[in-house]
Amino acid sequence: MADTATRVVQLRKQPGGRGSRRGLQALQFVIKRLFSLLATLFVASLFVFFSRFLVPGDPARFLLRGRSPSPESIAAVTAEYGLDLPPWQQYLNWISGAVQGDFGKSLQYSQGVSEVLLARLPVTLELVAMAGLFTIILGVGAGAIASLKRGRFTDRAILMAATAFGATPAFVLAIILIAIFAVSLGWFPSFGSGEPGIDRLVHLVLPALSLGLALVALVARVTRSSMNEQMKREHVEVAVSRGLTTRTVVWRHVFRNALSPILLVTGVLIAGLIVTSSIVEQAFGLAGIGSLLVQSVERLDFGIVQAIVLLVVAAFVTVNTIVDLVQPLLDPRIAAGSETR
Amino acid sequence: MTDTQPATTRALSQPVRFKRRNRFFSRVGSAAIVFITLVVLTVIFAPVVAPYNPDHADLMNVLAGPSPAHWLGTDSLGRDLLSRILYGGRTALVGPLLVVVISTTIGLILGLIAAWRGGWIDALLSRIFDFLFAFPALLLAILAIALFGKGLTGPVIAMTIAYIPFIARLARGLVVSEMSRPYVQAYSVLGFRSTWIAVRRVLPNIFPVVGAQATLYFGYVLADLASLSFIGLGVQAPQADWGGMINESRGSLQSGDFLPTLAPALVVILVVVAINIIGEELSERIGGDFS
Repeated sequence: MADTATRVVQLRKQPGGRGSRRGLQALQFVIKRLFSLLATLFVASLFVFFSRFLVPGDPARFLLRGRSPSPESIAAVTAEYGLDLPPWQQYLNWISGAVQGDFGKSLQYSQGVSEVLLARLPVTLELVAMAGLFTIILGVGAGAIASLKRGRFTDRAILMAATAFGATPAFVLAIILIAIFAVSLGWFPSFGSGEPGIDRLVHLVLPALSLGLALVALVARVTRSSMNEQMKREHVEVAVSRGLTTRTVVWRHVFRNALSPILLVTGVLIAGLIVTSSIVEQAFGLAGIGSLLVQSVERLDFGIVQAIVLLVVAAFVTVNTIVDLVQPLLDPRIAAGSETR
Repeated sequence: MTDTQPATTRALSQPVRFKRRNRFFSRVGSAAIVFITLVVLTVIFAPVVAPYNPDHADLMNVLAGPSPAHWLGTDSLGRDLLSRILYGGRTALVGPLLVVVISTTIGLILGLIAAWRGGWIDALLSRIFDFLFAFPALLLAILAIALFGKGLTGPVIAMTIAYIPFIARLARGLVVSEMSRPYVQAYSVLGFRSTWIAVRRVLPNIFPVVGAQATLYFGYVLADLASLSFIGLGVQAPQADWGGMINESRGSLQSGDFLPTLAPALVVILVVVAINIIGEELSERIGGDFS
């Protein structure tokens, strides 16, 4: 027994031992995060599916709200959703279909839910990607400028703009952008998603701006305060006194160290964009997932609503997990567990 | 000496300065409070203040510009915009108020219980909160509308549930750090009941920080509920609501009549900006004492 104990101590003392233990810890961390991702997705799917049972009354009539509840359509909906099966059996059917990409048939379209979703997906992805790009470029850029010019007019102007834009709901921004750039100046279209390609990009500029500007403001503030934080630190002082150029100090010492909180906030915010995009898509008449969600609520097509809510939650949780997993790669201090930042 | 320093490094060698303030609120913060008070009062007394019935359509006087009779002009149905904005504030402000008050109350209680009791209750609650964080508030609100129909009731309940974990997690953290402070131990040594210490001594200490955060949430909820009315799922058409008004007047926006949409839009921005400023100043001032 004592022998094993000393061997363990010796193992720990070996330089390689420490490294591999850290690797093991990292692996444990990754597995833990992936497991909690799966657990969250599982509970979310239960919640999304059984939320229907919160509504009192006959499920067939609930699904057929706004449509003629003729005996034939009730029979059709009962067969389609397996409403005569026990609830857990219904869930199993639904989720096993969902995992294979089959969410059943839509009530408002003659197609399957998945086909409708797939047709709408590109617009939303392009919109969120463009808004995310704006957020990162404009947000980090403005924040860095504010930090370098801190205390001066530029800094205060950027901060004020950030307060104003950060507080403006996306749909209000959409209206203002339409009024200025579509109606008054006529630079951009105000409606529709256009043909794929350049035309699509032109159509997405205003929506992406209305979606992204609020986040630009938030990211700018985080960048600014994170960089200001670094500038007060000793390593930056040392770097300056060593006579390194401003460019090197800012890039290698300030920005590199300030990156981790910026990344965290940006990732979480962009994940949230997936939901807000439904408002913006509706405002600009874009044929994306978000406007499909709103229209399906409007047209009482619960099958599509369920599918989209589950997908959005899955995307939201996955992006957040990715951010969590990527962070230690960018900032090894987090993986090492020492919070000396 | 200073002029021998290369100009390029000045930006870095300059210390980050913090302003010292004597008053609790800055000038901007005080202006925000005055503005919000004014908005709340005019909205409460809308029936007295408003010059017209918000639903009275004057089809002879459609899309009129600002005039002494209609300060902000009229919308596409000839309804007085100022009156509609005043009445619309009622639905626009009551929803977020309910959400924030209820979620703060429940969140405080749950956070306090989680921190105070610890053990499996704490573990269970934090599991539930982790799960709820997976649902963005707006998405939960849309799901509630899909289940229970359009209007404000479903979204308000859904958003209350969505915001409880945020408040509860904040409260839990604050209570945990309070528990290590000497005064709690002193009370407990003196034989005061644990529940009494928690409710009468710890809760008042953490409330200001939670309240400041809740103020910020008010702005977010207002924006989200207005968005729902804008896409036609929240407050329904004839009733005046800021988000709904912006939606109704979108047709006249395309023909160049900006006021019917931009007036309520500006009101939404100003109110949310003012609330954010108040919330941020509150948490800056109060947060300093506690962390």
